[in-house]
Amino acid sequence: MRIACPLCGERDRREFYYKGAALVRPAEGADLETWHEHVNLRENPAGPLDELWYHELGCGSWLKVTRNTATHEILDVELASEAGLGGEK
Amino acid sequence: MRLPGKGLNQGAKPVTFGFNGRHMMGLEGDTLASALLANDVHLMGRSFKYHRPRGVLTAGSEEPNALVTIGTGGEQDPNIRATQQEVFEGLEARSQNCWPSVERDVMAVNDLAAPFFTAGFYYKTFMWPAAFWEKLYEPMIRNAAGLGALSGEADRDTYEKAFAFCDVLVIGSGPAGLMAALTAGRAGADVILAEEDSRMGGRLLAEREEIGGKPGHAWAAEVLAELEAMDNVRLMTRTAVTGAYDQGTYGALERVSHHLPRRHSLRGSHLPRECFWRIAAKHAVLAAGAIERPVAFRNNDRPGIMMAGAVRAYLNRWGVAPGERVTLFANNDQAHRTARDLHDAGVHIAAVIDSRHDAPVDGPYQVIKGAQVCGSAGRQRIESITVRSVKGEEKVQTDCLAMSGGWNPSVHLTCHLNSRPQWNREALAFVPAEGAVPGMVTAGACNGTFSTAGALREGAEAAGKVVEALGLKSAAADLPDAEDDPYRIAALWAVPGKGRAWLDFQNDVTVKDVKQAAVENFRSVEHMKRYTTQGMATDQGKNSNVAALAVLADATGRTIPETGTTTFRPPFVPVSIGAMGAGAVDEGLKPQRFLTSHGESDTRGAHQLEVGLWYRAAYYPKPGETNWRQSCDREVTLVRNAVGICDVSTLGKIDIQGADAGKFLDFLYTNTFSTLKVGKVRYGLMLREDGFVMDDGTTARLGETHFVMTTTTAAAGQVMAHMEFVSQVLHPEWDVRFASVTEQWAQFAVAGPKSQELLNGLLDEDVNSGTWPFMGCGEATVLGVKGRLFRISFSGEHAYEIAVPARFGAALFRELLKRAEAMGGGVYGMEALNVLRIEKGLITHAEINGTVTAFDLGLQGMMSKKKAFLGKAMSTREGLMAEDRMRMVGLKPVGAAKEITAGAHLFTPGDPVERIYDQGYVTSAGYSPTVGHPIGLAFLKEGPDRIGETVRLVDHMRGVDTLCEVVSPVFFDPEGGRARG
Repeated sequence: MRIACPLCGERDRREFYYKGAALVRPAEGADLETWHEHVNLRENPAGPLDELWYHELGCGSWLKVTRNTATHEILDVELASEAGLGGEK
Repeated sequence: MRLPGKGLNQGAKPVTFGFNGRHMMGLEGDTLASALLANDVHLMGRSFKYHRPRGVLTAGSEEPNALVTIGTGGEQDPNIRATQQEVFEGLEARSQNCWPSVERDVMAVNDLAAPFFTAGFYYKTFMWPAAFWEKLYEPMIRNAAGLGALSGEADRDTYEKAFAFCDVLVIGSGPAGLMAALTAGRAGADVILAEEDSRMGGRLLAEREEIGGKPGHAWAAEVLAELEAMDNVRLMTRTAVTGAYDQGTYGALERVSHHLPRRHSLRGSHLPRECFWRIAAKHAVLAAGAIERPVAFRNNDRPGIMMAGAVRAYLNRWGVAPGERVTLFANNDQAHRTARDLHDAGVHIAAVIDSRHDAPVDGPYQVIKGAQVCGSAGRQRIESITVRSVKGEEKVQTDCLAMSGGWNPSVHLTCHLNSRPQWNREALAFVPAEGAVPGMVTAGACNGTFSTAGALREGAEAAGKVVEALGLKSAAADLPDAEDDPYRIAALWAVPGKGRAWLDFQNDVTVKDVKQAAVENFRSVEHMKRYTTQGMATDQGKNSNVAALAVLADATGRTIPETGTTTFRPPFVPVSIGAMGAGAVDEGLKPQRFLTSHGESDTRGAHQLEVGLWYRAAYYPKPGETNWRQSCDREVTLVRNAVGICDVSTLGKIDIQGADAGKFLDFLYTNTFSTLKVGKVRYGLMLREDGFVMDDGTTARLGETHFVMTTTTAAAGQVMAHMEFVSQVLHPEWDVRFASVTEQWAQFAVAGPKSQELLNGLLDEDVNSGTWPFMGCGEATVLGVKGRLFRISFSGEHAYEIAVPARFGAALFRELLKRAEAMGGGVYGMEALNVLRIEKGLITHAEINGTVTAFDLGLQGMMSKKKAFLGKAMSTREGLMAEDRMRMVGLKPVGAAKEITAGAHLFTPGDPVERIYDQGYVTSAGYSPTVGHPIGLAFLKEGPDRIGETVRLVDHMRGVDTLCEVVSPVFFDPEGGRARG
């Protein structure tokens, strides 16, 4: 599999570390139920999924990668820093 | 037999090679198989199950029979296909799966016991009695299993791996592949042309036909010369593309030096055996050709029975006639070329048997139409065949039978991303599905197009599409004239009749076995495969799978497409583990990280301990010390009484700078750092988002916007990635930057009551409790070198850590040791460091094991209520603060000198020692010379509320069962006066 890092270009997947689903972090004051869902519950779609990948052996960027889990097609890649995943501040 | 004036390797240099100890002559460019046939050697191996004598069947990588072993000891390579191994001066090959020799193999008695070894015999025969399985059946089967064997010695060969990139990867160099490479190359695309054979040209090397008025091989040579002259084209021979992966990634195995003599006198400079390539290709053209399939009939596995296309290859490419009285058995027109070519070369054609009534007659030899070969005779080589026709049965004397049941397109790579091939009724073959692999187009025989003209046209068209997609301009392809015969074929899979008719030659699977599987209701092709082992040998059933499923379809009353194929998985040809793991051997797999003190520690005879990739000194034995405990006790005591030196550089060091650095640390740690004064150090605790403890360590504030964090050795990489995550994903708006400086600084602990005195002689600055109070930090000059000094303690003593740029580490370490020893102190290692911190109840990753909370550690007070931090919300969950959680305590033995072991479990005395009564477990343990007995840290249910109670400690692994008293985890100086003073 190859992922197009916005900074480095297309690279072999061995350069990346996979974290999991790219989720927006709940607000600090959110209730425990919301946090429980954020930390423990995951969708497992056979299709497009937003994921976090870390370009560990490249530039060190965290990336939001949209990947089709059924075909491994990479549909979109953006820097996680521009994806608004930090939630309400 | 070599025919003078025939073949493409005329005038090649003769070479001497050995086979089973017999020495023969071959020509350069020969494969082992062609050279053996030239010497009239047909018997090359023994079959897997029945140890039947076998000769070479094919001329390519699909060969099931002619497998040999080359080399001995650490260089032994088993299961090398004689059809691919090139001969060279001094090559020594030997047959396998036979003893004492390939001619006289005692295990051939298995063949007489054949009725016993039918399909599924493992499952039926070895069922009863059950106790026999482990002691008798399995060892017996394991002993008999396998073909070639490894030597059991470490592999002495070297392997490589490499990456390559291109616009177009062309797989296969027959007419379709050459035409595709030429079209793409002329258009200026970056092309890699990969061919598994040692020579490019594919079937053009094996056939007598003309392209553009020239012999096919001459046309191929011209194209190759043109391609070779192009800078944008890379030609890779001996390179089999083994798999198709996502986003245009392909695996390929290059046999780099199998064809060369080994030169171990030049070890270090010699070529690797193999190189495993990962090729990233924007587009691919699959022109992998096709594999000819045998026909199943009684005793169709005798040496001398070969594929018709292979016979042509041996004749036309290598000038070798595999027999003097050749017969041909076919169900298609193309196979008749074998008789034609042999006849033209002066070889006698005893008969051509064609199952069709409308078979062509191409030459002045007997063609028996509408007939079938229904048996063969001979001992170690075929002597005659039995032909059945409307006139009855007749015997024909022959020493070589060429057979052809048609061709199976090599669709393997098109199926690696889950596509299934489709049945083509005219070609009687599976062909690739459209768009099977994104970015890949197929051309030629692998597409079911069997004429040369068709292959050339499809190769040009496929490359044309790719060129267009790349946005390049295609030079109009000039297609040369070539053979364009229709592919006439009638179905013929198995000749009916009694006796054993072979499908899978390598795994000894017969028509009867497949039918038996169907009778026993293993009707799914995947079940049949596993029940009979059809296609499960090293050739993966390349030439036998389709015929086997045709037989299965017939036996189950279904059509072939209804029956379907088994799953094609990579690799296309066997790939050695050595090639896939190239580079990952010894230090390549596990690099070694050495401290700047490593040399000095070695000189002092330190016992080294692996900590991740780091090597750290465990203890430093003195003369007379006979075990590690003596050294460890002495080192602990010297720290407590004088001063000890220990290299602590392996701890992760992260330099953090920026206007929001304080805010950033407040979010990472449970406690507050933004209020820390410049010149001070604070201990911090980090949680994961789920509320459990991730790591701990100290962070020093060197300036208003400048911090240096230390992490545990084990979690250095993890913490760094975590910080990147927080700063990039969660809080990109903060102005903060950080970098790992672990290897830039050498850092040493100077611990003990005399540590201040030691430093005062070493630093330019005056060190006293006013200038360097407890938890103070700052720059310090060490013998003129600018460094850093931290007044922190992991031992509970008055202690410092002193850091200098790594290049001064070795010198500083020696200087520190000299001064410490002069003061009655000295060096201490990891064992003593561990005892010192257990005595103080300080935690490491033995305690931070992923299941503990701040509450469990008694550190709930460090979780700030005033600010947000990562993991805060989840850490407030009821269950994470429950009183009955397993919480940290100290343990000491009840009575004299009992043992406490890490990993032991704790029980309430009187309870059964069973999991449900488990009260906790020991995480760290050691003997404390300071308090004079063993001590331990443990997690115990309601731990801190049970101080003074007695618990039972059980360690089944080490046979320990003893009573302990629950105590505070701080065994020594609980007020902490020694560290602060």
